[in-house]
Amino acid sequence: MNPPPIEIHDLTVAYHHRPVLWDIDVSFAAGELVAIVGPNGAGKSTLIKAMMGLVPLASGHVNFFGEPSVKRRSTVAYVPQRGSVDWDFPTTALDVVLMGRYGQLPLFGRPRRKDKEIAVECLKKVGMLEFAKRQISQLSGGQQQRVFLARALAQQTSVYLMDEPFAGVDASTEKAIVVLLRELREQGSTVLVVHHDLQTVPEYFDSVMLLNLRCVAFGPVETTFTAENLQKTYGGHLHLLTEVGEKLRQREWRHRNATH
Amino acid sequence: MNGQYLSGLAEFLWGIPMAVLHADASGWWIMLIGALVSSACSLIGCFLVLRRLSMLGDAISHAVLPGIVIAFLWSGSRDILPMLLGAGALGLLTAFMTDVLNRQGKLQTDAAIGVTFTWLFAIGVILLSKFASNVDIDLDCVLYGEILYAPFDTVLWGESDLGPRAVWVLAGVTLANAIFVVLGWKQLKVCAFDPGLAQSIGINVALWHYLLMGFTSISTVASFESVGAILVVAMLTVPANTAYLLTERLSHMIFIAIGVGIASSVGGYGLATVLDGSIAGAMATVSGLFFVMAALFSPRHGVVAGFIRRRRELTLEDAQS
Repeated sequence: MNPPPIEIHDLTVAYHHRPVLWDIDVSFAAGELVAIVGPNGAGKSTLIKAMMGLVPLASGHVNFFGEPSVKRRSTVAYVPQRGSVDWDFPTTALDVVLMGRYGQLPLFGRPRRKDKEIAVECLKKVGMLEFAKRQISQLSGGQQQRVFLARALAQQTSVYLMDEPFAGVDASTEKAIVVLLRELREQGSTVLVVHHDLQTVPEYFDSVMLLNLRCVAFGPVETTFTAENLQKTYGGHLHLLTEVGEKLRQREWRHRNATH
Repeated sequence: MNGQYLSGLAEFLWGIPMAVLHADASGWWIMLIGALVSSACSLIGCFLVLRRLSMLGDAISHAVLPGIVIAFLWSGSRDILPMLLGAGALGLLTAFMTDVLNRQGKLQTDAAIGVTFTWLFAIGVILLSKFASNVDIDLDCVLYGEILYAPFDTVLWGESDLGPRAVWVLAGVTLANAIFVVLGWKQLKVCAFDPGLAQSIGINVALWHYLLMGFTSISTVASFESVGAILVVAMLTVPANTAYLLTERLSHMIFIAIGVGIASSVGGYGLATVLDGSIAGAMATVSGLFFVMAALFSPRHGVVAGFIRRRRELTLEDAQS
């Protein structure tokens, strides 16, 4: 049997001796589209950064395809939060997407025609081709997010770790991202998405990982995304839970109607 | 009365290009040295500005002082190589100490920079005052530079005079910086834009940070003899910031910064001649004027363009309502 694309063993991360992630032990299969949800400060972004080796691990390890993550880091495409970079940087959308190719280039090598073709293709996939030559500060939030996704696609890998790609994007971008995520899943990619909007989890994702310092629950949305598990993850934020409970009821209602 | 002032101003302004055109040989050497200083500094400065590390450049330009003095004392000469090594070591130490204070000491970056460079600079001042009689430099030269005398400190090869030492040193450093930027283009760019991505695709972000700091150090030390430790900061940041306002491509930004730097050197020489004042000071002043012009009139970021844009939007709204 092939080793799973992502394996996390006993992962603990601490900032200034205070744990922010505790004993995470989980693995993700090929073709899995996973939402990582949890309250603010639950360690969602930290989990992704820890997998990419961007924050030091207090203990445990992460394997990609059965090998230590450091060795296989370039096989994983990372989409940081949009707010983590300076969008006034003097560069174009196409150029940002080309950066996705840098990992595959030799030390002093420049992007070749092939790389540019790939970048253009990826911009086309996210519907941003006409903005290729735009300076990135002149793009809307949703367009910037699409550029980030195109850059991840340009890495041409089969594992994608995305940090809040849906944050602050317009409805059409949200739709485009969902289509893209499904496409990636069809290709057998493993996609982990830090997600903040509980209401869309059942609609957009197959699996869900509920995170709050530790992994509260992980599994298919149908069996894992339950009011009980959410209560465990979010604690006493009742107004939020009733809202989600309402959504869940609506979904069941929709399901019933759909099956009838 | 007014006419008198105006004609006086016109005469003054006209004097600047005239001073440049009628410059003697040493004048041209001075302009060339200024142009090389600003080119070397702009190549590195653009990346410092984009990474919001301008103040680290400032810190390094001061903190290299003890390194220079130690190199002088150790080698007993003004040879450039020990100086570059001494300065390079201190520059990296500055970057490292800032990093440690920032991470381990939990100081804010600006506080860490402030503590580090003033301390190292102070050590340099002590060394300089203690051993001033043994070394061939003085504090005024370190702080303000002596570009005026640079043309007369020439390199001799046997019988022939190969031109000012500063020109050779600065040309070498400019070339080294250019090679560094060309070869490291990808890495420097992606580290400046998105360090997270850089690290995730296997680029050693810390290594490139320290390389950039190392090149900042040698640029500073090669420049400081001419323009001084204070004005070299102007050369690192002002042309780069001016270019930042004028373009939307990194490569253009670097060329514009170099252009602004060269124009500032030439214009500064003219201004200093007319005023009979400090040349390095005038060069930095002129680059500051270029920055003000860019801030006012840049097509995209400028104050004037912004004003026009707002006016247009307002009239549009009026038309719609």
